[in-house]
Amino acid sequence: MSEAAVNNVHYRNVNENPCNMCMPMGGILALKGIEKSMVIVHGSQGCSTYMRRHIAEHFNEPVDVGSSSLNEKGTIYGGEKNLRQALDNIIKVYHPGIIGIVTTCLAETIGEDIERITGQYLIDKEMEGFPIITASTPGYGGSHFEGYFFTLKRVIMQLAEATSKNNKINIIIPNISPADIRELKRILEQMKIEYVLCPDLSDTLDRPFLPSYTKMSENGTKLADIRGMGGGVATIQMGVTINDTLSPGKYLEDQFGVPLYNIPIPIGVENTDLFINTLVEITGRDVPESLKNERGRLLDGMVDSHKYNFSGRVVVFGEPEIVYSVTKTCLENGVFPAVIATGSQVGKLSELVTEALGDGIEDSKILIETDFAQILATSQKAKVNIAIGPSDGRYLTEKGDIPLVRLGFPIHDRVGGQRLLSLGYTGTMMLLDRITNTLLENKYKSYRSSMYEKYYQKP
Amino acid sequence: MAESNAGAIAERDEFIVTKGKNKKQLKCDTDSSAGCVSQRACVYCGARVVLNPVTDAIHLVHGPIGCSSYTWDIRGSLSSGTELYRNSFSTDLKEQDVIFGGGKKLAAAIDGLVEKYQAKLIFVYSTCIVGVIGDDLEAICRAASQKHTIEVIPVESSGFIGNKSAGYRAAGDSLLRLIKPADQVVMTKSDSINYLGDFNLAGEAWIIHNYLREMGVEINVTFTGDSTYETLKLAPKAKLNIIQCAGSMIYMAGKMEELYNIPYVQISFLGIEDTATSLRKIAAAMGDEVMIRKTEELIVRETNRVEAIIKGYREKLQGKKAAIYVGGGFKAISLVKQFREIGIDVVMIGTQTGREEEYDTINNLVDDGTVILDDANPAELERFMMEKGANLLVGGVKERPLAYKLGVAFIDHNHDRKHPLSGFEGAVNFAEEVYSTVCSPVWNSLRGKGIGKGVTDHV
Repeated sequence: MSEAAVNNVHYRNVNENPCNMCMPMGGILALKGIEKSMVIVHGSQGCSTYMRRHIAEHFNEPVDVGSSSLNEKGTIYGGEKNLRQALDNIIKVYHPGIIGIVTTCLAETIGEDIERITGQYLIDKEMEGFPIITASTPGYGGSHFEGYFFTLKRVIMQLAEATSKNNKINIIIPNISPADIRELKRILEQMKIEYVLCPDLSDTLDRPFLPSYTKMSENGTKLADIRGMGGGVATIQMGVTINDTLSPGKYLEDQFGVPLYNIPIPIGVENTDLFINTLVEITGRDVPESLKNERGRLLDGMVDSHKYNFSGRVVVFGEPEIVYSVTKTCLENGVFPAVIATGSQVGKLSELVTEALGDGIEDSKILIETDFAQILATSQKAKVNIAIGPSDGRYLTEKGDIPLVRLGFPIHDRVGGQRLLSLGYTGTMMLLDRITNTLLENKYKSYRSSMYEKYYQKP
Repeated sequence: MAESNAGAIAERDEFIVTKGKNKKQLKCDTDSSAGCVSQRACVYCGARVVLNPVTDAIHLVHGPIGCSSYTWDIRGSLSSGTELYRNSFSTDLKEQDVIFGGGKKLAAAIDGLVEKYQAKLIFVYSTCIVGVIGDDLEAICRAASQKHTIEVIPVESSGFIGNKSAGYRAAGDSLLRLIKPADQVVMTKSDSINYLGDFNLAGEAWIIHNYLREMGVEINVTFTGDSTYETLKLAPKAKLNIIQCAGSMIYMAGKMEELYNIPYVQISFLGIEDTATSLRKIAAAMGDEVMIRKTEELIVRETNRVEAIIKGYREKLQGKKAAIYVGGGFKAISLVKQFREIGIDVVMIGTQTGREEEYDTINNLVDDGTVILDDANPAELERFMMEKGANLLVGGVKERPLAYKLGVAFIDHNHDRKHPLSGFEGAVNFAEEVYSTVCSPVWNSLRGKGIGKGVTDHV
């Protein structure tokens, strides 16, 4: 095994240009994929506004999120009054089927007990049984990546019941694009598999234009389906980099005995094969010809592009789960992952990546809980010539002249982040084309002048 | 208006009036109500937007990562020199820091940054938890200031101490500290002006500087677009302050009048009418007949030039209806006039942080039946845009997708825009942008017959 240089000493006094967001952001995203849900951020007004702004910019969708708007009084005497008022108003205006409450630095630091407050609220309003999900997500407790899985686990913990067996496979979805989620459904439907995707923001945050606008989407994971997850045939969780404490699939296994298949996001041949084979293993179904053809086209395309891809020295950055799958895809295609980076702190990314890298000719640099200043410096040293990750990586382009293939969340400086398809055989092909074409564009941009500079001598 | 009152929140009633209908005074400039999905950000946000354009300062956020992450380089302020301000530095407080205090970490962060960047000025922003855990920002900044012999200025911007306006005030206090001359230093007055409340978005301050230069007006410093430590230090020398964004700067202007005997006039460079009036005001306050003549020449030349262009747009836009929802009052007021210049009536108007006197002006300016509202939410924006039949909305990033989902055109009037809206140039850009969205062919597709039985009529 190669001696990948893992930077494990994460504690720094200053973060220069963050490569991650905070926990409640992830909480909002997870909750937005649940049928008729509204979210309240328990904290000062700014938190919800900032997160709404970022989510709205990525998805180009209205993103309504409530806030308990804690002020000085609420901070000193407790925020119960504010939170109850927030619940009143959100229920009045939106008529949600479920409410998720995520906390913030402020609420956690002043010690708010949201479970007690909401429990009392439901009793007082004679609304017992109305689902309110509570998730303790202080901004200093982790990144949006941890906030996402933690909140999702809370959703399942508070809704899933011991129930009779059903024929559905639970699929735990990480923070991927609506287009990727739709692609997953297409694959599952091709294989005629019954499933519950949780969460499912493929419609809630990518809604069609309709003649009349409604504040709430009718879609998202159905509450009844989440309640029934305890009776699922199996759980497939796309969450290999997360620790068990954050794992919704582990909870379903421990609590209800639903077998867990924890696999990487199906990006790349090997990862997608594993997903399909897992489905085959669980259901005994055959793989349809149409899917085999998709796979064949991907292989064909990989061969077509392999020599171009060999010139790639990539920095992959962003949320650990996507970073892992994309790194593996790069390795499959001869794009050398020179730098692998995430702003998140916990998880198994570095050990998984180290294993995937194997005995390379050259060592890769793995940066955990890092920032963009560090990613830039490391990438420049490693002579990186392409970056893959969310929009904030434009910093690498601006300061280091490293072209960026946009992938992940958030994409705020280009349109279509919600439409980026990178999953499954077809999605992988599209992602690979974006990578290859970026390398080609960069090469064609300068090869005439660079050859001239290098070789031409005046006769 | 009664038909769609369903869902309206009682405590919001005082914040909404219809001109000519109700005699009541609009309530404004107060905390947002919990659960109302306010579009406002927080105190820290207010402070950051005012100070961030100071180009050679280190902007260090003392707090958890989110506050820094959500504000990294999201504003379009331009610099003629250094780009240091485009970095987002954070002490990235973690759980252990919240428990044991973040003071030491902050001091170490400052040490590290000073060593790396040799800046003369650091703004240290306080965030929610810093206000709660009680780090002594003042003392830490003072000690760092003495140690490094540079200015390290705390910004008291804990998110819960008020709304965005409180942040403007906090920024104002920090700027006042910065510009205070050292003891025994007597600043001689010069025949120059300070320009307050222009953040040089897309070079807007530069456009105004060019006009003033042509008139023969000497500009001392702009608060804060493209300003630096050195230029800000000389602020007390000016003879006159002109204020554009009054919401953020009126407090500063009042203080500077009190401390440095600098009178102020309110101006606005949005739209032809306001630009011309403002230039005349400045010439009258500063100059002799020569300056007044030069100013008139400039106004005639530029008005003729842009009127010719705008005329064409006006013909296309005549009779359309606009809804306005922007941050501050001055912008809203100018927009009403600017819309009139292109033949558009305003049917709904609101702001996040407008002040009472600004709402009085708005009330005098708009037609009967116009809805005026403070601190609106998406449900209210939707309701009044639909009720009033608005053809377009002016707003920020969060409002944009809502307008589009409603099939309504949209104008970006946020801090992230990449085109100037100030002065005569800006008036043309504005008209062009309104035309580009109101008269876009995409709306035809939205209104098309669509697909289904009986839609086509092949003969």
